[in-house]
Amino acid sequence: MGYFSLPDITSKSFKVWLRNRDVFMSTFKVNFLPPLVEPILYLFALGFGLGNYISDIEGVSYAEFIAPALISVSLMYAAFYECTFGSYVRMYYQKTFDAIIATPLNIDEVIAGELLWGATRSVINSIIVLPVMAIFGLVVFPHSLLIIPFAFLGGMLFSCIAMCFTAVSSNINSLTYPSILFIMPMFLFSGTFFPLSLLPQGVQYFALATLPLAHIVIVIRSLTSGILDVSLLFSLVWLVVASALFFLLSINLMKKRLII
Amino acid sequence: MKMIQCVSPLDNGKLTVFGMDVTRQHREIKSFMGVVPQENNLDPDFSVYKNLYVYSRYFDIPRKEAEKRIEKLLDFVQLTEKRDTLADTLSGGMKRRLILGRALINEPRLLMLDEPTVGLDPQSRHIVWDKLTELKKKGTTIVMTTHYLEEAAQLCDRLVIMDNGQILVEGTPEEIIQEHIGSDIIETKDTDEIRICLDKNNARYEVIGDMIQIYSNNPQIITDHLMKQCSLEKIIVRKATLEDVFLKLTGRKLRD
Repeated sequence: MGYFSLPDITSKSFKVWLRNRDVFMSTFKVNFLPPLVEPILYLFALGFGLGNYISDIEGVSYAEFIAPALISVSLMYAAFYECTFGSYVRMYYQKTFDAIIATPLNIDEVIAGELLWGATRSVINSIIVLPVMAIFGLVVFPHSLLIIPFAFLGGMLFSCIAMCFTAVSSNINSLTYPSILFIMPMFLFSGTFFPLSLLPQGVQYFALATLPLAHIVIVIRSLTSGILDVSLLFSLVWLVVASALFFLLSINLMKKRLII
Repeated sequence: MKMIQCVSPLDNGKLTVFGMDVTRQHREIKSFMGVVPQENNLDPDFSVYKNLYVYSRYFDIPRKEAEKRIEKLLDFVQLTEKRDTLADTLSGGMKRRLILGRALINEPRLLMLDEPTVGLDPQSRHIVWDKLTELKKKGTTIVMTTHYLEEAAQLCDRLVIMDNGQILVEGTPEEIIQEHIGSDIIETKDTDEIRICLDKNNARYEVIGDMIQIYSNNPQIITDHLMKQCSLEKIIVRKATLEDVFLKLTGRKLRD
């Protein structure tokens, strides 16, 4: 069994998605709170607070500059935490995966269902954050509506990356490593709160080669500002290829962990 | 067990369930198999009812049909009144019964149970036994593992004692006991005097701790004989059990 073998997946994966949706909906009030409150707090503290001292940045107000970053970060968090801590709890503590593979579903379908759900969490977050940004007049319509379907792609990539970490973590605490060493730096250095162009040339290339969030911010910033450019295609292709690779890798790593 | 459940891959050889190959036809096999795992894996965030309903979806059971089956199953495992209780807050016995109910949602022809009553109080254990006996009568094939030999003796038509992955004996509980121990066991205190007396009579006995066990099919005769010939302080005659066979075959050393 290789690291990129094709999985055996049918539409039954959707049953796993449904299960996770049902759990989410049973506690939906508390689930809606973080994606709603977090960007508002950032917007006030950074956009309108710190932003007072910044006249304009790349031709827009600071609040307008960080609005797409806040949407991007929100969709990253949703998928990443769903498929690290969320999936780990289901896999290890609740033994949910064991319960499901005793039915006609196989482990490939269980993981694929988890990834689909992680991507869906990103879509849900983007649906919550977008109106907040719209109320403050920070995003342009109708272009910005494309953020919702795009959140699925971005969320899928983060879910797959997260699932790889889940597969190789020996315990739930070691998931702190990717959170603090991967997600946190990405949150700050992906052209989120200052333009990538401020970084040294070499670091810029490194960021574009390795940081998914950098590409997601590029795409979402184009959509919120309504300025679309051909160079977006590069970011889109990068995201699609990375998603496909990490999708295969995450399922194969999980199989190696769970099939004994 | 995991290989029959189409979860663990085979090391080598071939394994079929109802004539189907576990490596190729896992979906078909699992569609008519029910599994009660050793560790509870209910969905803690769902109610009793929802646990059963969500599980029915994995088997593609249509909603109407699932609802009908769930009512029947709740009644069968005596959880109708707990239908809206969160699975997390159920007692140990109720969780076990719910898992049994969940394993029956697809009306399995084969039910696999791994230590189904481990950690249960006597009442809960007996309810589970009753349910399993009922299922057996209806024609469900049941495969179970257990360390409770009383459970094995009560429920099993065919029993296999395994140790370190090897089959030691196979047969009905009665056959196995008869073959390895005999019908009865006579127990008495281990003293030099008694040993000398037994040796004189060429009796077959075993020393276990400070006890002597004599295996026999005619306890009455032997007891009378012993009473007459040896001065016995205390003597107990009891039926031989599977536990005696198990300890005899696998030894009394702790295995970790």
